[in-house]
Parts: sequence; structure tokens; C-alpha cells
Amino acid sequence: MSNTKYTYAVARIRALEVSLFNDAFIEQLLSLGTAEQVLQAVMEKGWGDVSADSSMDAVLKREEEKAWEVIRDVAPDMSVFDVMSYPKLYHNLKAAVKEVYTRSGREGIFYDDCSIPGREMLRIVENREFSKLPGDMGRTAQEALEILLHTGDGQLCDITVDRAALEAMYAAGKRSGEPIIESYADTTVAIADIKIAVRAQKTGKSADFMRSAMAECDSLSVDQLIRAALSGADEIARYLEGTSYAGGADALRESPSAFERWCDNRMTETMKTQKYETFSVGPLLGYLIARENEIKTVRIIITGKQNGFSDDAIRERIREMYV
Amino acid sequence: MNIAGELGIVYALLGAAVAVLFAGAGSALGVGIAGQAAAGVVTEDPSKFAKVLIIQLLPGTQGLYGLLVGFITLSKIGILGGGIADVSVSTGLLILAACLPIGIVGLISGIAQGKTAASAIGIVAKKPEQFGKAMLFPAMVETYAILALLISFLAVNGIQV
Repeated sequence: MSNTKYTYAVARIRALEVSLFNDAFIEQLLSLGTAEQVLQAVMEKGWGDVSADSSMDAVLKREEEKAWEVIRDVAPDMSVFDVMSYPKLYHNLKAAVKEVYTRSGREGIFYDDCSIPGREMLRIVENREFSKLPGDMGRTAQEALEILLHTGDGQLCDITVDRAALEAMYAAGKRSGEPIIESYADTTVAIADIKIAVRAQKTGKSADFMRSAMAECDSLSVDQLIRAALSGADEIARYLEGTSYAGGADALRESPSAFERWCDNRMTETMKTQKYETFSVGPLLGYLIARENEIKTVRIIITGKQNGFSDDAIRERIREMYV
Repeated sequence: MNIAGELGIVYALLGAAVAVLFAGAGSALGVGIAGQAAAGVVTEDPSKFAKVLIIQLLPGTQGLYGLLVGFITLSKIGILGGGIADVSVSTGLLILAACLPIGIVGLISGIAQGKTAASAIGIVAKKPEQFGKAMLFPAMVETYAILALLISFLAVNGIQV
């Protein structure tokens, strides 16, 4: 009977899926004249908090928090969601390491809605209490701090932490024992590797640089991707055509933003089957990704309108919805 | 004391117990699974309470079928409404065998129906107007519990004590 532990959670998510935005509502938002009207329309759908700040950033941040509050409330085991929380956690680590090095005293560089909030992360790195960090994170923190202190190379510090984040996500996916989480982690790592290859190719980075930035995954060969990147942008697209990311090859040839959009759409497409699951963690993950996608799309529409983009230019960038 | 004679009534009682225990357990598990899903939906949308309650109760019938066969068996061997009949070992074993269908099918179909009911509750959560169709999926599982009830009922009735 252990396979029914998500029954309550999935039923709650099913009820919440009704309030997710569909493609038709996104079209309605696009047809509105100004960014303020778009923000007003989503707030009428219950976004943000009535009494709180009604700026775009505050409303969208609150929605992200709400999505995680729901998951924390319903999930019987949060450890399977490590894979989703690692990017924020490792961002905090990176920000803390740089803050310790630069002593800039900047505000607002940390995420607070994760297991180790900014202040605590800063204190851990400052006091070199690396053993308090989970898993291999302590070793990464020590390595990143030493790199920065000895070489002052911010980029090397960044790729060390980013690669550790990808490896942690991949390992968390494997550890979860849930095929959908594993597939999500693997796809996320593969897409990050592709993005690294594209940027490294454009900036003429070496194979060693790419190798130290990319993480291993099941659906791509890092070695082949590096070889392709060294041969040119077309080679990367050609290599992708032979993998499960074939659709991304055309998007890559089109533009970087088209590729970003394709990545998100592919994830949504993978998750759509989870709408018909009743007893697995899949629908929870699907809901979380759908909410993130929705928030990202609303942000694109609002900023697009603020910057005077045409509807067509915004439409090219908006993501497919989950429902 | 005739031990062989006593064993007959023990086997017959065991039959009644199998019918009530297994079918009841199946229903308890099934209603429990569907209940978790129902609670999840009502947490977000209390207006769907009546609809999800009806679907939650569908796996409850197996327990009633087991109870019915249990009653018939008890009345057949005279434990209910009169003196205890003299049941031979072979008759006792026949009654036990007759009770097995509803016991075993009740347990399995109760759990299966509970899972189907939980999925059907998902339909009601998203499309409440499709309540009728949502009811049909778990109701399909019921067919096999009814078939098992029929055989157990006819078999217990057909055994001469």
C-alpha cells in the first residue's frame, strides 16, 4: 500500500490545477495594452497578496513562495524535491563566497526561501564551518573560496559552484528513486550542458574550460558535446539532432531565446503526462514546474510591454502552458 | 465429544469469517485510499464534498457483500436463529470453499476500486460536470465483486446441512 502515499497530495494538486493559467488566458494577457493592465489582470486571478506590495517583482516573488508553500504543505517527503531547491541553495553558496571575498555588503543577493537562507550561508562561509553544509556542498564551498582567495578568478569560482550544483541535482534525481524526478534532473543537467557548450563556443573557450564547467548526465555525452562545440555552432546543432534533444537543434539555429523557450516547452511537454497520474510524486513536480513556467511567462509579458516590444516579439518568447 | 463433528462447524465458521474479514478489509483499504483523495480535493474546494463522498463510498460495498455471505452462512449452520446444526467435516469444508470467492475477490477488488475511485475523484476535482462519467470507472470494478458475491451466495445456499 506504500504506493498510495501521494494520494492526498495529488488530489489537492488536481484541485489546484484548475486555477493554473491556460494558453487562452495567456493570449488574453498579451492582448492587454500596458504592463499595468497585465499585472492587474493576474492580481484579479488572486496573484500576490491583497495587503502587500503590488509591484511586479513583489507579486511574482509571492507567487513563487505560494507554489513552494503548497508543495511543502502536501508532500509527504520533501527530500525528493531537493533537485528543485539545489539551484537556489548553490546560488546562495556562490553569493556568500563572493561576499566573503569582496566584503561589498550588498543587499538582496540571496534567496531566503530555501533550506539554508542567505544570512546563515554567509555565516557558515565566513566562519569556514563547511561541515554544516549538506552532502558535497562543504567541499565545494571550500574549493570555491580557495580559488577566489588564491586566484581572484570569479569565473572559475562560478563554474566550480555551478558544476557542483548540476552534479548535486543529478545525484538527487538518482537518489529520489522516482523516475520522473530522475528524468527532470537529467534533462536539467543536459540543457545546462548544452547552454554551456553554446556560450563557450561563442566566446572561444577551451575544451578544458568546458570540461570543468559541464556535469555528466545520461542523455548526452559531455565529450561529444565538447568536440562539437570546438568545431562550431552548427556542429552542436548537428550533434543534438542525434540525441533526444533533436527539437532543440532548430531552436538553437534560430536564436538563443528560441532555444531557452524550447527548453522550457520540452520540460512542460514531458510533465504533461503527469496530469493523469494519481499515485506518484509526478503531479507535484508538474505543478511546481507549471507554476514556475507561468510566473516566467507573466514576467516576460510584463517586461516585454514595459520595454515596448510588439505582441509578436513577446509571443515568440512565451512558454506553453501545462494545462 | 465428537471432535470430527466439532471440526465441521469450525470450518463453516471459518468460511463466514473469511467472507467478512477479507471483503471487509478490502473495503476498508479501498475507502481509505479514496478518502485520502477526497480529503485532498475538499481541502482546496469544500463545495465538492457531496460528489467526492459518493465516489469515496463506492469501494465500501465489498464489505457489505462479505457481511451478507457471513450472515447467510451463520444462519445456515444455525448459529443465528436456532440451535447449532450438526455439520460434518466435509460440509464444513464445502461452506468454507463457498465463502472464498467473496473473501478473496472482495479484498482485491476493494483495493482496486479504491485506487480507481481516487483517480475518479481527480476528474471531479478538475471537471465536476463530468461526475457521472467519473462514477462509472470505479463502478466497473464492482462487477467482479458482484459476480463473486453471486457464486458465494448460490454455493452457500446450495449446500445441504
